[in-house]
Amino acid sequence: MKVLVPIKRVIDYNVKARVKADNSDVDLTNVKMAMNPFCEIAVEEAIRLKEAGSATEVIAVSIGDKACQEQLRTALALGADKAIHIETDAKLESLHVAKLLAKLVEQENPELVILGKQSIDADNNQTGQMLGALTKRGQGTFASKLVIEGENAVVTREVDGGLQTVSLPLPAIVTTDLRLNEPRYATLPNIMKAKRKPLDVIAADTLGVDLAPRVELVKVEEPAKREAGVIVESVEELVTKLKTEAKVIS
Amino acid sequence: MSVLVIAEHENGVLKPETAKVVSAAVKIGSQVDVLVAGHNVAGAADSVASIAGVNVVKLADNASFEHQLAESTADLIVEIAGGYSHILASASTTGKNILPRVAALLDKSQISEIVDVIDADTFKRPIYAGNAIATVKSLESQKVITVRASAFDAAAEQAPVAVESLSNDNANTLSSFVGVEQTESERPELTAAPVIISGGRGMQNGENFALLNGVADKLGAAIGASRAAVDAGFVPNDMQVGQTGKIVAPDLYIAVGISGAIQHLAGMKDSKIIVAINKDPEAPIFQVADYGLVADLFDVLPELEQAL
Repeated sequence: MKVLVPIKRVIDYNVKARVKADNSDVDLTNVKMAMNPFCEIAVEEAIRLKEAGSATEVIAVSIGDKACQEQLRTALALGADKAIHIETDAKLESLHVAKLLAKLVEQENPELVILGKQSIDADNNQTGQMLGALTKRGQGTFASKLVIEGENAVVTREVDGGLQTVSLPLPAIVTTDLRLNEPRYATLPNIMKAKRKPLDVIAADTLGVDLAPRVELVKVEEPAKREAGVIVESVEELVTKLKTEAKVIS
Repeated sequence: MSVLVIAEHENGVLKPETAKVVSAAVKIGSQVDVLVAGHNVAGAADSVASIAGVNVVKLADNASFEHQLAESTADLIVEIAGGYSHILASASTTGKNILPRVAALLDKSQISEIVDVIDADTFKRPIYAGNAIATVKSLESQKVITVRASAFDAAAEQAPVAVESLSNDNANTLSSFVGVEQTESERPELTAAPVIISGGRGMQNGENFALLNGVADKLGAAIGASRAAVDAGFVPNDMQVGQTGKIVAPDLYIAVGISGAIQHLAGMKDSKIIVAINKDPEAPIFQVADYGLVADLFDVLPELEQAL
């Protein structure tokens, strides 16, 4: 079974995003970048499938400018066999990404595609579901457990109010939630080895996808600040204030 | 402008998010229809009929929609989407699962988790875990949108409108339902509760979360948790309030032993009143709290339960 793992280069999750002074976007100049945390979980799951003998090949793919090759090398160091960089400088929406990935799925024909459920920059939570639609495959989103049973992927999904399990005949699409696994760290020997693993570059405009924007970013602002309130001295004072001042309890 | 809203329901009962999404829809256009897709969901459709602003309720009651699988439901929505300028669903796990599939089938770029409607094309949505608010304008002829329900007030009630039955059957071979494990709780759901009390790493272990019960009982509150408490294994993930968990905006939010990481604040900072109880006076949670109490939670909780 071949597994394709799309990954995204995003702001490091420990870094607080700052809005540009002209409100045109978030300022990413000289900001530490990293693999999107949900994508790390996707890579880990694919590697575990390979270690368990269910997967034979793990291919990592990233779409963007040259810099995202850094994250592809990380994926290779973690255990992916091969990487594909779809190169473009265009600002992409989830639909564009899903269309480019659908082209790659057509070429590579993986039985399973594992993606992060969302990226921590745009917070869209769309690409996996869109890829499911475009490739006419079943989708198991927000996975907290993935089991390959014969010709099916059995996916336990984190849903509001509990867990739902679905069975998807392969080929299928899975998106990861936080509890699916705990990603490993790349070891130094593996980082060295990753430098010799194949990394193919495909120019995005050779894939025949219209990448024209469909959503315009009008402006980006700081969220409304909440003013700090008062420090109360006792439980009694707290309850009194909640009753008489805030009037949220009776 | 005509808007199709996808209703949110569970076990045949309409969920309160729907009336909030309708209120977002009313800001966009005057014609608002609501699709109720499921199996044995006529009761939910009747509830939708009484939400103010709804013109027509479309009821697709068929075994193929029983578990609201994305593949079947998306096909159904695409079949009836013609004629609507906007398709809206709650940014719940159900809406998030289904709507991007709809958008791709319609070849439309989706706008996720809007928190405000500027006009029929322009919306506000949080990005970077709520650290920035983007204003985005859709250039699509038909807009596919998920709505952060907690950012909108529920629409009022009206005399019930007509419920129109659809005969669609969209059984699919791409996915099948295996089972569901529902978290059993007597308490209100986090996303619907007017009062929430949440525990963080300061609770020290899962057993200590029982200390929140007494206060929650007195206030009719739901119980939540920070990601730190979930990651530490104290409580299950579906209790998580935060950017990677549930986004809530109750009238009263009580944060107990929660430091106030950005990721947690992103999930609760739109609450009307925030109370923070933490023994560390430097905890960032105090910067967003209306009322802070610097004290040991193990002393405070029993006292608070008594005082209420």
